[in-house]
Amino acid sequence: MNILSEAWSWLTTSAHWYGQDGIWTRLAQHLVLTVVCLLISCLIALPVALVLGHLGKGGALAVNISNIGRAVPTFAVLVLLLLTPIGRFGEGPTVVALVLFAVPPLLTNAYVGMREVDQDVVRAARGMGMTGRQMLFQVEVPLALPLIMTGVRIAAVQLVATATIAALAGGGGLGRIITAGFNLASTAQVVAGAVLVAAFALIVEGLFELAQRLAPGRVRGGNTG
Amino acid sequence: MPDRSVAGPLTDPGPSHPCGGTSPRTGEPDGRPATAPGCNGRVTAPPDDCLARNEWICGAYLSSRRDILWGAVLQHLQLTAVSVLIGLVIAVPLALAARRWRWAAGPVLGVTTILYTVPSLAMFSLLLPVYGLSASLVVAGLVLYSLTLLVRNILAGLRAVPEETRQAARGMGYGPVRLLVAVELPLALPAAMAGLRIATVSAVSLVTIGAIVGYGGLGNLIYSGMNTYFKAQVLTASVLCVVIAVAADLLLLLAQRLLTPWTRRQS
Repeated sequence: MNILSEAWSWLTTSAHWYGQDGIWTRLAQHLVLTVVCLLISCLIALPVALVLGHLGKGGALAVNISNIGRAVPTFAVLVLLLLTPIGRFGEGPTVVALVLFAVPPLLTNAYVGMREVDQDVVRAARGMGMTGRQMLFQVEVPLALPLIMTGVRIAAVQLVATATIAALAGGGGLGRIITAGFNLASTAQVVAGAVLVAAFALIVEGLFELAQRLAPGRVRGGNTG
Repeated sequence: MPDRSVAGPLTDPGPSHPCGGTSPRTGEPDGRPATAPGCNGRVTAPPDDCLARNEWICGAYLSSRRDILWGAVLQHLQLTAVSVLIGLVIAVPLALAARRWRWAAGPVLGVTTILYTVPSLAMFSLLLPVYGLSASLVVAGLVLYSLTLLVRNILAGLRAVPEETRQAARGMGYGPVRLLVAVELPLALPAAMAGLRIATVSAVSLVTIGAIVGYGGLGNLIYSGMNTYFKAQVLTASVLCVVIAVAADLLLLLAQRLLTPWTRRQS
């Protein structure tokens, strides 16, 4: 209990919230890293997945890439990138590693979503004289949207977690509060940082959950009418 | 470049002179004169091997650091195996409880999902007041992560047992315990094994984060290699991590085939 009250008093000390290493700065870094890398990952993964799914090609790659991604330690990739020339560009290794780990869930879910679209509907669309592009954007993507959004949600949570680990390799973000706490041998600061990181991750997950509930039924995947 | 002076025990002093103790190499060509004094006052030729040049792939690293590497691999395997086994021992009763009592399913799945959302570094940090800087901290964190994957998959496997099968067993006079052990659990095995494989592969990768408390198996080598810019060490340890993950996955796949011969004939 003692540690918890110490962590609480660390969190409620206003000096810890402001300044270059303050909580607000770290929170902003974490948020920017997550949002920017999520956008980059979506721009890379979604077009590839949608086209592959539309053509029905490359399925083995799109599905297995998630399993490969799981076997490679995030920390190892961060450090390897840090020691390459990319390491000279400040947050370069963090951004590249974050994107690398966010792409697989996006790719796999979007691809599976596209393949699971009822083929009768696709055939009907073709029979109505739709072109490939029309079928893709007016039929397949809307029907695959629930799974695509699930991929975005998994990727976002993954990004928050990976951005935390980036602190171990010198990257910015809330994880730095934890590593600095370990440096100072301050258990209170380590716990306080961990609470902030956990809260951030749970809020991101909660926001996606909320968005999926509020979305129209079609996007939720509840009914296809 | 951001500050990288994060704390952590060094298990290896980094790429050093063969007789030890010199500054870390930077990867530039070794410009010292050929008569530079070596250790113990003896005159030795400057090393011009891949360690001195700080190359990514280095055979001399493998041979000179064999013991360190072997120790790290053993620690990695131990941490992974212990955590996954404890996770399994806890997950089976939880999944059975969630299957048996409808009201238990929501809380069990909810809590394990929340645990899974907490980033690994934060999870280890939250356990710090309980376990201190110990191997138990890493094991406890990994157990909590494997729980989600295991409970979800075992429960999915149990729920997928056809009601007809269950009724047939009951009709043959099977009691609840025998029904569970002889019918339901074997039929849930493929899904459970899939969960076990994912949990094991994830655990192998997450052990590396244990380096923050000094118990990270190969992660320790990656961590110290990062602080000394020792490329061969970082690459070797990373590759070994992936090799362990793939080997564990294949081993479990083999075990699954041997345990569930009936699934082979169908497919």
